[in-house]
Amino acid sequence: MSDDQWTWTRAASIASVHSAAVVAAEEIIAKLGELGWPEAEIFGVRLALEEAFANAIKHGNAGEHHKQIHVDCRIAPHRIWICVMDEGEGFDPDDVPDCTADEYIDRPSGRGIMLMRSFMTYVEYSAAGNCVVMEKHRSAGALGGPS
Amino acid sequence: MGAEQRLEVSEHGDVTVVRFLDRKILDELNIQELGDELFRLVEEENRTKLLLSFGSVEFLSSAALGKLLTLDKKVKSHHGQLKLCDINPEIYKVFEITRLFKVFDIREDEASALASF
Repeated sequence: MSDDQWTWTRAASIASVHSAAVVAAEEIIAKLGELGWPEAEIFGVRLALEEAFANAIKHGNAGEHHKQIHVDCRIAPHRIWICVMDEGEGFDPDDVPDCTADEYIDRPSGRGIMLMRSFMTYVEYSAAGNCVVMEKHRSAGALGGPS
Repeated sequence: MGAEQRLEVSEHGDVTVVRFLDRKILDELNIQELGDELFRLVEEENRTKLLLSFGSVEFLSSAALGKLLTLDKKVKSHHGQLKLCDINPEIYKVFEITRLFKVFDIREDEASALASF
């Protein structure tokens, strides 16, 4: 999709702290609201963003607040594309155990990636693992709203 | 804002009802503080029948789920009961996706939850 088909784009580097992630997420969520995305779908995007940022802060950047998170977001009326990249060494998402398996179900962590995959249309990690691209296609029944 | 200001705690017989006042339960620091306050209710005030009401909560992250799991284990270690109620459909979907609806005792509303203790 060429740049001129996106309604809104934003690329920024933010501090690797939750407060900065909240500001970035709220800006993206607000744009979805302006485009009339239904609340249920906005909920899913917000959750995926929160989990991606939390992983970048806690795991990717290892809690080092001097590091940054690079966010690239593109929104069209029926589609949102988000890239979240940390400055860490990366990881293999296949190493994350299935949090719904009986032996892991009561672990206090390890659900973020699964939730991202559940609420977004697709989620893909870079080969290094320090960059995640997520995309959501607005459901057909949810099209409409303000043009 | 301290955790005790983000929770509304009341007693209904021998059941302690805790209502979250935050609309979003997100960052780990806030979740840690909320968790510490809930743990204190169990460990220091010996409140072993605990009902968490999510009526005001519009959003929570997986970190909050983790804290609820730790709380559930703590309550059970004190031979108590933990129940959740008033969870909106979007958040309930998170419990379904993670299969945690099978781990927690989730009720529709406070009245039915209180009657189940």
